[in-house]
Amino acid sequence: MIVAERKPLAEILEMVKECKKILVLACRGCVTVCSAGGEREAEILASLIRLGMKKSGLSCEVIEGSLVRQCDREYVDAIDQWQGQYDAIVSTACGVGVNFIANLRPNDNVFPALNTTFFGGSAEQGIWSEQCAGCGDCVLHLTGGLCPVARCAKSLMNGPCGGSVDGRCEIDPNVDCVWQMIYDRMGRLDRQQEMTKSAPIRDWSTAGHGGPRKQVREDLTVS
Amino acid sequence: MSFTPDIRLFSCHYTSQQSLAHDGKELQELGFPENIRITRIPCTGKLEIATMLKAFEDGADAVYVVGCPVNGCHNVQGSQRAAKRVAAVREMLQELDVEPERVRMYHLSRGLHPEFIKAGLEMNTRIAKIGPSPF
Repeated sequence: MIVAERKPLAEILEMVKECKKILVLACRGCVTVCSAGGEREAEILASLIRLGMKKSGLSCEVIEGSLVRQCDREYVDAIDQWQGQYDAIVSTACGVGVNFIANLRPNDNVFPALNTTFFGGSAEQGIWSEQCAGCGDCVLHLTGGLCPVARCAKSLMNGPCGGSVDGRCEIDPNVDCVWQMIYDRMGRLDRQQEMTKSAPIRDWSTAGHGGPRKQVREDLTVS
Repeated sequence: MSFTPDIRLFSCHYTSQQSLAHDGKELQELGFPENIRITRIPCTGKLEIATMLKAFEDGADAVYVVGCPVNGCHNVQGSQRAAKRVAAVREMLQELDVEPERVRMYHLSRGLHPEFIKAGLEMNTRIAKIGPSPF
């Protein structure tokens, strides 16, 4: 899932200080699962905005709503149901949702309530960890399913770097060295021999360094 | 400036069962502040952050929660969850540049005992000193 966290309240309040009617818009996708921008968090944020505005002596009406997702045209169109009830949308979706609203609703002000942090999973209740960098050229088949791009501090393709100590990364002793994990795992799977091959020089253009990425599936398009 | 604070108490069903028996008459006789409004909930673990914030929106000067002892919750971890949510609200108040002392968690044993009264008196004194809510 896409993992995110709420921006500092002061930053959000600064964005909306001129607004008179705000729609705090939750997303029932990834950000609900990571407890950053679902209906519960939008309800809390709406309350905090009302309190913050009131404390600053500003008058503002704040309503809440939610969409199934904010990254699909048909769901974003459903914002029409609040037409006339807002002069700005504070989206608690990830950055994709905010972009989609901006793309599809040229006359609507939209502000991000979250910082989108990474692609990850629930390590345990209340804790999420980065697992994928969305680099567009997956090498997990070479590394026993563990990603060196997202999980190695240096994104090394031929690790380890030599700086790890007791299986921990030199940047932080609380961070596992993913290359140690890859080595151990490949050994358990009797595939350690595969690690003697050097990974080729990587073409990073798929990782966003070649501009915004787009994916087209001709079998699914309708025009 | 002296004022009578508007304080909301969210209390665990079990912790406050005896205190609130006979419409809380005994509680009043023992000097529990009349300006503290009590909402009894099945378990403090069900208390949402939004509910505490809503109390401030509705004019509360302070909110406190009374739940089971940390390791003696009727619902195992309910009061521990409540304590974490209270801590989250305290952080949110700090973000708004408001005194976090306006929110507090108490872990108390069941029954009508002096600690229940003391917690109310303590909140009352603290908030009377801090002053009215800025909201």
